[in-house]
Amino acid sequence: MTRNQIPLWEVFIRPRNGLAHKHCGSVHAADEVMALQAARDVYTRRGEGTSIWVVPSAAITASDPENKAENFEPALSKVYRHPTFYEIPEEVGHM
Amino acid sequence: MAATVSREVLTAFLLRLADDHLVIGHRLSEWCGHAPMLEEDLAMPNMALDLIGQARALYQYAGEVEGKGRDEDQIAYLRRERDYVNCLLAERENGDFAHTMLRQLYFAAFMQPLWQGMLSSSDAHLAGIAAKAEKEVAYHVRHAGEWVVRLGDGTPESTRRMRAAVDALAPYVDELFESDDVTAAIVKAGIAPDPATLRPSFEAIVGPIFAEAGLEWVEASYGQTGGRQGRHGEALGYLLADLQHMQRTYPGMVW
Amino acid sequence: MYSQGLIGAKTDTTEDEAFLVAFQARIDAEEKIEPNDPMPEGYRRTLIRQIGQHAHSEIVGMLPEGNWITRAPSLRRKAALLAKVQDEGGHGLYLYSAAETLGVSREEMTEELLSGKAKYSSIFNYPTLTWADIGAIGWLVDGAAIMNQIPLCRCSYGPYARAMIRVCKEESFHQRQGYEIMMTLARGAPEQKEMAQDALNRWWWPSLMMFGPHDADSQHGDQSMKWKIKRFTNDELRQKFVDATVPQGEFIGLTFPDPELKWNEEKGAYDFGAIDWDEFWRVVKGHGPMNRERLAARQKAWDDGAWVREAALAHAEKRKARREAAKMAAE
Repeated sequence: MTRNQIPLWEVFIRPRNGLAHKHCGSVHAADEVMALQAARDVYTRRGEGTSIWVVPSAAITASDPENKAENFEPALSKVYRHPTFYEIPEEVGHM
Repeated sequence: MAATVSREVLTAFLLRLADDHLVIGHRLSEWCGHAPMLEEDLAMPNMALDLIGQARALYQYAGEVEGKGRDEDQIAYLRRERDYVNCLLAERENGDFAHTMLRQLYFAAFMQPLWQGMLSSSDAHLAGIAAKAEKEVAYHVRHAGEWVVRLGDGTPESTRRMRAAVDALAPYVDELFESDDVTAAIVKAGIAPDPATLRPSFEAIVGPIFAEAGLEWVEASYGQTGGRQGRHGEALGYLLADLQHMQRTYPGMVW
Repeated sequence: MYSQGLIGAKTDTTEDEAFLVAFQARIDAEEKIEPNDPMPEGYRRTLIRQIGQHAHSEIVGMLPEGNWITRAPSLRRKAALLAKVQDEGGHGLYLYSAAETLGVSREEMTEELLSGKAKYSSIFNYPTLTWADIGAIGWLVDGAAIMNQIPLCRCSYGPYARAMIRVCKEESFHQRQGYEIMMTLARGAPEQKEMAQDALNRWWWPSLMMFGPHDADSQHGDQSMKWKIKRFTNDELRQKFVDATVPQGEFIGLTFPDPELKWNEEKGAYDFGAIDWDEFWRVVKGHGPMNRERLAARQKAWDDGAWVREAALAHAEKRKARREAAKMAAE
């Protein structure tokens, strides 16, 4: 494409205080101010949020799916990181 | 103890406000599906829905105050052209996106201090409407204002178009701030501020936006007026022909 | 929400057998495919085509309904219609975003729409002649689209499925809005009832066509089903739609323009008459009553908006330059 394209922004919304911002989609906007307004106009029409983040899509660094096995599979065998790995007599109660 | 106003005066005042909001909301809604970018196809209906919502609240209240049993639709749809009392700015045709955004900015910059003034209205019902509308209009100022900045300070073409819009709309600004017997009685009863006193607030909103946009304020050599007396431009008749089409063609039916 | 049975995607692909088998195993295990995951070229192409068609349908779909925003008969109806048409724009936007994760830009997709290369749901090439058409579109067209789209919430491609979940959630008021309009008309004055019946007569067959060609004539259906882009066949969805819709119409005293429509006790579903596929293909190929107007309206919005988009980009550059200059000056 030779023509200038309007940049893409990823939109994150906090549904209500106490919850984390969650990715909900993207918008096109020339700058960050308009990106925020577009995110508000597109993604909060039904009272979905109390706070918005917009991030240039190009600024996101993502892990490579090719490396999925080496990245994430080693964690699967570390069962001792989970509480259910340890046996505690029932009499002790909840721990 | 503030003076009270007659039903007729309060109704007249409410209808001005209601007609402003219906007509400019209707104009904005004409953009739906034709905006310069998809994001604006969502943004403009958001503003239009706020405005139509405000119009409905005002018509409903006007109907109550008037006491003739007319509902919002009977008032909104079934008057004659000369009975609509919106300001001329509201009915100006959309023109290009620069015209539409500037018209919205002017209207919002006028309404924002007016709603703020009505937050403490002696009329509790109107104060309630103002509490909701004041937040909505604040966003309209921001959204239209950001576009005026971008178009004013964008490309040579957008600057040219924005300046053309400033020229074209200049004659319709003064009318917003007119006072007459109706507004005088409303002010005296503590219902709403005098429009004439809102000009500094309007300028405090529009001024910095123009500065950032690199736009010069243009004083109209001659301001147009007459909307509050039902003397409109030619374009309003076509707007009303669309608006009233169903109610006129099929009188007395429920939709 | 206006997806229609996909038209004209090529699902052929050139990857080696081992790759395709491994990919199919992921699909069969109901694993979602995410944007950067390896995927067969045919899968990517089919998705781009389908999501693009779906997005275009939402955008073009704004036009026939938008035609009545300024003439809606009451303020309540006006607000509801405006909110609905705006929603369609939003759905188009979500869908373009989903397609963009596959490496195609919204601008490219828009150009394909405007050049006539990309299709959109052919039902929007019919005109909205009366207010009742707004009811009929909400009830029938959104109703047909819901049948198509609820299964798409489980589509194998993650971003498409997520967009569809949002779309379906927002859509829930659209069909009800349309049916309520039809019900009000059907129970109103004789002129109103006549208007409702006329709208049903005109929109019924095009609604059935929305599900796309019969399964036997559908070129890509099998592969799309195998890849779980699609979960039901065109004919299955069409039948579900007829079965759900006919009782709703009868409830408000309207009749359907199909003499062969009748309940079949044995199969527990309605029988219905033959669809005029010549008409369908004629409209798909550009000869419906409104094809030219729809594309012309989109072209005009795109062209008229060019200077606005350029101004926004130019201003963004200036802002950036000013900010950097200010930073330099401060250092």
